[in-house]
Amino acid sequence: MRHIIAVLMENEAGALSRVVGLFSQRNFNIETLNVAPTEDPTLSRLTVTTSGSDRVIEQITKQLNKLIEVVKLVDLTDGDHIEREMMLIKLKAAGQHRDEIKRTVDIFRGQIVDVTSSVYTVQLTGDQGKLDAFINAIGETYVLETVRSGVSGIARGEKVLSI
Amino acid sequence: MEMLSGAEMVIRSLQDEGVEYIYGYPGGSVLHIYDALFQQDKVKHVLVRHEQAATHMADAYARASGKPGVVLVTSGPGATNAVTGIATAYMDSIPMVVISGQVMSHLIGEDAFQETDILGVSRPVVKHNFAVKDPKDIPETIKKAFYVASTGRPGPVVVDIPKDMTTPTDKFEYSYPQQVEMRSYNPATRGHSGQIKKAVDMLVTAKRPVILVGGGTVGGRACDEVMELARTMNFPVSTTLMGLGAYPASDRQWLGMPGMHGSYEANMALHHADLILSMGARFDDRVTNATEKFCPTARIIHVDIDPSSISKTIAADVPIVGPTKSVAIEMLGLLAKSKVTPETEALASWWDQIDQWRERHGGHYDKNDDGLLKPQQVIEAVHRVTNGDAYVCSDVGQHQMFAAQYYKFDKPNRWINSGGLGTMGFGFPAAMGVKLHYPDSEVVCVTGEGSFQMNLQEFSTCTQYGLPVKIICLNNGSLGMVRQWQDMNYESRHSQSYMQSLPDFEKLAEAYGHEAITVKTESELMPALEKAFAMKDKLVFLDIHVDATEHVYPMQVPKASMRDMWLSKTERT
Repeated sequence: MRHIIAVLMENEAGALSRVVGLFSQRNFNIETLNVAPTEDPTLSRLTVTTSGSDRVIEQITKQLNKLIEVVKLVDLTDGDHIEREMMLIKLKAAGQHRDEIKRTVDIFRGQIVDVTSSVYTVQLTGDQGKLDAFINAIGETYVLETVRSGVSGIARGEKVLSI
Repeated sequence: MEMLSGAEMVIRSLQDEGVEYIYGYPGGSVLHIYDALFQQDKVKHVLVRHEQAATHMADAYARASGKPGVVLVTSGPGATNAVTGIATAYMDSIPMVVISGQVMSHLIGEDAFQETDILGVSRPVVKHNFAVKDPKDIPETIKKAFYVASTGRPGPVVVDIPKDMTTPTDKFEYSYPQQVEMRSYNPATRGHSGQIKKAVDMLVTAKRPVILVGGGTVGGRACDEVMELARTMNFPVSTTLMGLGAYPASDRQWLGMPGMHGSYEANMALHHADLILSMGARFDDRVTNATEKFCPTARIIHVDIDPSSISKTIAADVPIVGPTKSVAIEMLGLLAKSKVTPETEALASWWDQIDQWRERHGGHYDKNDDGLLKPQQVIEAVHRVTNGDAYVCSDVGQHQMFAAQYYKFDKPNRWINSGGLGTMGFGFPAAMGVKLHYPDSEVVCVTGEGSFQMNLQEFSTCTQYGLPVKIICLNNGSLGMVRQWQDMNYESRHSQSYMQSLPDFEKLAEAYGHEAITVKTESELMPALEKAFAMKDKLVFLDIHVDATEHVYPMQVPKASMRDMWLSKTERT
């Protein structure tokens, strides 16, 4: 099963490589990974999506917790949560397809953030499924380039991940 | 406030940490530190002949004393040579602080002379590592290194110090912190009371229990408490390779070691148990055999200070995260108050069953008629000569298993071996590290001619510092454990497992000023051992020729359950 694990860690050189190294050393999957400092500049927040049996996920959270620089973590998939990923995607948009692409972007509530006579650059936010669905709807032949941020997530309601 | 250079702060921090000995080897990046070392006499330095030996010496000192061992090496090859020793300590959860020099900060990343990213290289095999980026941080970083290395589940910590952090002319205010706090590191100090209560309820109703004692009981200094628990409950005890000595081998309640080369009775008892209380053992693959067939009727109480050890390979029914010592004390307290009477009758028939298993194999081996020694005989003889009271530092291979099986350890911290990583070359420097700190104790290195040659250069260090260890080399002219597997699985095709061109060990030892005795027959053994151990101030190398065809038994059948064992070349359970 797919899990989204949010990790607060010391914002120090080398901390990220410990996390990434852990996944390869112990043969765990990383599907997506993103990391940036938080409102507290001494902390970074890292979100990793991974998959595995319950036993593997338990090991992943325990091994992450064991890293000295990891302050706190939560498996967001244990509860209700919001998951978002941002994609910038460059699409062929010439001739008769130009309007169709614009309509599809509107349906998915994307924004065209850059335009040339033959190319639209689109910004789209949503969960992984929505971004995948957009690419399907457009058709791969029109896709010139994609860049995806990887998943970030946050728990619904009162729950917060902080120290 | 006192003004010190970075180099002086390194040494002063070690002094303030109470470090008596460090083990190391100088080089360009640590020259300032070695100069500061030269100008004081509180911290003594042992100059090894290869950095790997420095780490094993520090490691073995930590295993014997419980205090972290300290290593000082230079950048590049100095640090990479230390990696095997760091990994050895990591796998066995041994506290160690390794200070490595680094090239000047402005050269880092430019492939400078003797530059290695040792933080990156060591990352998978350390508990943590630190880079010093400002000389002012040196005392606090060293304090943190000792704190992390020696608390929680212990392990090695590397502190990487670029040369320009130690410049003698740059002075800074020095004060050594009494304690450090790290918001992201809070090891458990006691187990969850509710879980401990649940565990005790299971203990008092168990009918076929076994206490499995691992390295976490030895490292956690919990042997007395665990022994009291076993005695109070009249439960059988099996000690893992890392737990040998935690419970006296001469005691009736001791079953021996579990696992691949465990005793028949320990493996049978575990397989048939209804309850396993694991105290600081981690159910590694050499203990469990096939995990899906492991102890099918047992419920498992797993006490470990490292939550990631629990349910990693074998699912625990009652996980308890905490130090073995405080958990055992809490269990004893609850048992004293408990009104439930233990299952005395069930336990009596469990013991009857165990005694029957004991008779089946009981560590039996056949001696040769022609006087050619069996390795087991040698270990038994060493046990007799040393009254079972020596520190036994082992290398890795058949001799290690024979020593584990036949040197019956009655005290903890006496059996010093590379259990997790299985590092050949560990035994000799380990023995040196122990002898340095316990000069009045007998320190034995049990090795083979293969393992010994991996660190034999340390003969020289022993000469320099006067380290009269006794080396028991079980010489079978082959890499015995490799050969055993080739016999069993590769139709005796002994691919590269023989040792040609062996040196004349007597001459070799003598070249360094040591004594050596060669033993070729049974009749020569006891006189040679007695002579060797009578030479209190001499290193004696005993080149003992043993039967190369001997195998270690019992041996579990691969991919099977705990009870599936070969008991000899022809007998299988």
